[in-house]
This record gives sequence, C-alpha cells and structure tokens, in this order.
Amino acid sequence: MSTQPSQRGLTWFQALAGQGEAATGLPASLRVADLELAGRPARWLAVVPDASNPFPRARQGEVGLLEGWGLARAIQAAIVEDHEAPVKRTLIALVDVPSQAYGRREEAYGIHQALAGAAGAYAEARLAGHPVLGLLVGKAMSGGFLAHGYQANRLLALRDPQVQVHAMGKASAARVTLRSVEELERLAADIPPMAYDLDSYASLGLLWRQLEVGQPDQPSTADLQQVRQALADAQADVLASGATDLRLRLDGANRAASRAVREHLRAGWNA
Amino acid sequence: MEHFTCRYPASQRRQGRALVGCVGSGDLEVLLEPANADFTLKVTTSVNGSEARWRALFDRLFATRADLPALTLDIHDFGATPGVVRLRLEQGLETLDLEESSHG
Amino acid sequence: MAEAPLPAVQALLHSRSFVELGARERARVVLDAGSFRELVGPFERLMSPWLPRQGIVRQADDGVVVAKGLIDGQPAVVCAIEGAFQGGSLGEVGGAKIAGALELALEDNLAGIPTRAVLLLETGGVRLQEANLGLAAIAEIQAAIVALRAHQPVIGVIAGSVGCFGGMSIAAGLCSQLIVTREARLGLNGPQVIEQEAGIEEYDSRDRPFIWSLTGGEQRVATGLADVFVADDSAAVTAAVRLGFTQGVAACLRSQQADHYLRRLAALDTEPQADAAAVRHLYAGDQP
Repeated sequence: MSTQPSQRGLTWFQALAGQGEAATGLPASLRVADLELAGRPARWLAVVPDASNPFPRARQGEVGLLEGWGLARAIQAAIVEDHEAPVKRTLIALVDVPSQAYGRREEAYGIHQALAGAAGAYAEARLAGHPVLGLLVGKAMSGGFLAHGYQANRLLALRDPQVQVHAMGKASAARVTLRSVEELERLAADIPPMAYDLDSYASLGLLWRQLEVGQPDQPSTADLQQVRQALADAQADVLASGATDLRLRLDGANRAASRAVREHLRAGWNA
Repeated sequence: MEHFTCRYPASQRRQGRALVGCVGSGDLEVLLEPANADFTLKVTTSVNGSEARWRALFDRLFATRADLPALTLDIHDFGATPGVVRLRLEQGLETLDLEESSHG
Repeated sequence: MAEAPLPAVQALLHSRSFVELGARERARVVLDAGSFRELVGPFERLMSPWLPRQGIVRQADDGVVVAKGLIDGQPAVVCAIEGAFQGGSLGEVGGAKIAGALELALEDNLAGIPTRAVLLLETGGVRLQEANLGLAAIAEIQAAIVALRAHQPVIGVIAGSVGCFGGMSIAAGLCSQLIVTREARLGLNGPQVIEQEAGIEEYDSRDRPFIWSLTGGEQRVATGLADVFVADDSAAVTAAVRLGFTQGVAACLRSQQADHYLRRLAALDTEPQADAAAVRHLYAGDQP
C-alpha cells in the first residue's frame, strides 16, 4: 500500500476549479470554490490530504470529523444563499477518498455524525433542486464516499486503475470475512459487487458515464475539456429530467433483485 | 455448502405456515409450509459432508411416525448441533399447531 | 381471593427485554397490537443472489423484516434488521427492503397519507460479501431518510447487542431522533477494524468497558449524539417511539448542525487522546 496520499483530488480540483472563488471558513483538508459550469453557477468540492490536520488520523485525504462537518457547512451555505435564487448552483464532488478516518478521537467525537452532516447536506441540496454531480478521479471508499459523492444525481468516473469503489480495503475485508486476500480476489472475479475494479462497479449500473482521459494524474487541456463537457452534459441531463431522486441507479442488469424487492413492496403496500 | 432433500410419507393435511429460528452461527431457520402429499425436508447447510448425519437424525425423528403432516420444511442451517436442529424442528411443528388453532 | 397485582408489579410481570427479541418480534412489539403485517416476508423468498456463490447459507428474509401497521393509530412502517444473521450486515436485498419501504412511505406522505417510519438498527453496516451493492443500498437508505424526515420524524432505535456501525451509523445520524439502550453502541468503524488500521494502542477491540465508554448508548446520550436513553424493556422502547412521533418534525436536526460542531471541534486540543470525559466536556450542554 502506498504511503504517499493520492494527489488526484487536489490536482483535478485545481485544474477544474482552481480559477474559481475559494470559499472561506473551511478546514484546510477541503477545497471548495465557486466556478461556472457551462454558464451555470457551480460549487466544486474536494477532500484533500492535509499533513497538518489537527486530527492525526485524518491526514491522508480521509474523510474525518472536520471534513464531514466542513462539507456540510459549505453545502448548507450554498443552499441558503441560493434559496430564493432563480438558479440553484450545481454541486460537483471531486472524489478521491481512501476511506473514512479510523481512530479513537474520531469515534469518540462522533465521526458517524459528521459524515451524516455531509451526506445529509448533499441530499438536501439535491432535493432542493441543486444538480449534484460526483466525479470519481481516484478512490471512492466506504464512509468517505457515502459522505462525499454518493448522494449525487449523476456519477461519472475516470477510466483508470486507481479509480476504485468499495466498502473496505482488501486486507481489512479479508480479515473481517476470515478469508485470504487471494480468496477474496477469486470470489470477486465471479461476483461483481465484491470487486474493486471500475468495470465491475460499472456493471452495477450506478455510473452515468465513464471517461477515457489520456493523463489521469496530470490532466492535459484536452482531458480537461472532455471532462468539463461530460460534467456539463450530466448537469443538463439532471435539469432536463426534473428528478431529484436516485431512481436512475436502479437500471443495471446486476440490480435485478433491488428492483424486484421494490416491486414486491409496492404490490403489498396497500393490500 | 450442500443441498439435499429427504421425504417421508404423510397423511395429515395442514393449513398454516410457520417460521422459526435464524441463520446465525450454530443455528438454523425452518420454514414450514403446507404440501400436497409428503413430509419433505429440504436442507441447505454450511457444513459439508454432513448429509448422512442429517438423514440419520431425520430417520430417528420421523421414519417411524404414522401421522406426519403433509408439509415442506425448508431448512437453512449454519452449523447447528443435532440438539439445536431437533429443538427448531419441534418448535416449528408446535408453532404450526398454534397457528392453526388460533385461526380455528 | 388474591388481590389484583399492584400496577408496578403488573408492569414488572409484563416487562420483557427488547434486546433479547429477534427482529420480527421487535417490529411486532413496536407496532400497535394486532396491526403487524409483514411485506416481502420470508415465504416470498427474495433472497441474496450473491451469497450462494460463496457457499454462504441465506436467510429467507435476508436479515431484514419490513412490516406495515399502526403506531398510535397512525399508519407506519417498521424496518428491523436481524443482528444474528451475518452480523446484521446489509446486502442488496435487505438494503432494498429498507430503502424501498422508506421510498413508499415518502410517496404516501406526498399523497397526503402520514405514514411514519421506524428503523430498528442492529447492524455492522455493509455486508462485505455484497460490498458495492450493500454500499449503494445504504446510500439509497440515507437519501430516503433525508427525503422522508421532512414530512414525518424518522425514528431510529439502537438496542444492542450488535449495535449500529458502518454506513448505517451515518444513516442513524440522519434520523430525526435516536433512541438507545445501555447495551447499544453507535460508531462508524467496528472496534476490530480500528485496531487493525490504527493499532491496539489507539483502540483495543477486546476492552469492552473502554468501547462502551466511548460509543455506548449512555455516553452517546450524555454527549448529545443520541436523543433518548431507555431501559432494555419492550414497553419502554415502544413508549419512547410513540413519544418521539408526538413531538413531530423538528426544526433543526443534528445532522444540520455543522456550524455548531465545527465551533466545538475548533476549541478542542487534539493533542491528548480522547476519553469519555473529554467528549462530555467538549459537548457539554448538548445533551437532551
């Protein structure tokens, strides 16, 4: 496992929104800026490594106490500011989170509640009519992803081996399920929801679009143009649909049981 | 994980259905439902190579009974001991009796 | 002729541990007597598509019980997670049962039917054997809680002994109100995973008093991270749920208090390790 935290989130934030107006009053582990997307106001958000984070177990880009509540503050501010506005700005989560933060301080001070703050804020923004987009540029793991990105109307991802979605890192998952990492990998090859790679994740029907970029670590002008266009397309798709829920995610072939359960619930609801 | 089915002749028709137990470690759940003819036990167990023991247990419990109900028992087992299996089966049949008597 | 028992004795005779009940019994207890009606029950056999490939025996209800009924005469749906099956972890089907039930409750409210929801949370979070479908389902549960809580309180109950961990602890943090017992724990990461990731000095997963001192029900209520502390008694839990609904939709929810928590955390010296007293000190005044 790499000891150097991923810089993807920071790199893509600077490339896509570095020219924007930075939001203030937020932890150093967050990057939040306002910059238009296809002529529409948008707030871009990223969680980045912070070697000086007051919380020692949240220095590698994990979503911890400050990050969770900080995201919530930044999003709530956008909701309040746009409450009476004719246009509700788009929220764009640039996702590169290795996990939630793991530590005694985190559990003691209620990290679960901080992440709920962030997830809840994203959901409330979406319900209020703000288009919410998630762009996976690196890892999208577990509680970190639930807090930052998973409440989006549309999820997009770079096609790159460093883009991984999962509920727990391999070593820990192996220990918890009492299997070896090799056994887990063998199972994952046949069981798409258990796998870490993007193709398996995409088969679940949760991604709206995947993006082939030439330089995922240091995006070129062409890469940035392509990504901005894709985000603009997603924004337009959300606005055209007029929907504020996550129903679009239920269409994948590997989510047949998710649909069947809902159908059966509906059939029996008023029986 | 293994699946197998055991069948015994049955006579009594039954009406209700019942569920007992839980697929926790060392436990099992049993779903009991009415059937047309036989008393059938369908076992799904996490313990490989245990089929013979299960059949022996079922034979002890059911092979000599003349009054078996026409039921299908769907058993989902996660390593229960024979004692626990027996308990759940008895509990299931008792619950079925209670179900039926409470519905007249 | 024997006298009728005193009310206190009567209560004692009828009191019953809530923790010892399975999910189905808990759901039954919380709903008005006789109103329990299970949906997508075990006999419908909507089970996990993913577990057999891994040699794992499935439970017919996939470890989640959804039941409609009444609470104080009002339409309600209760979702109860069975902690004894796979540690209460959520897979595709169980997760869909909860998300789908909350989504239908929302539809009811939009159509003028005041269906309320109770979540009985006994869960380790995502079922790793279904990883990304469990995680996605939990995101949908969170979305549904936020949507529904604008119309009706969404009340979570954590009783133990499994507690509420993982992605579902985030869902708990989104509930309008949380009712907890002494046996309950509420935390993001399981003790073993923290110990694995951060070392035994950071978190000793075998030190039960330590774990409860930080994440146990009593501590969470004392620090304002849960709302109601109840005895492990079915009548008490039921009464607390009813009371929660009479209080209606709250003006400001805990998950909306970012400024408040950021101010508190800014005042914290993070150099020393955390302990129960330090948390009570930081969050003094937050308890209900």
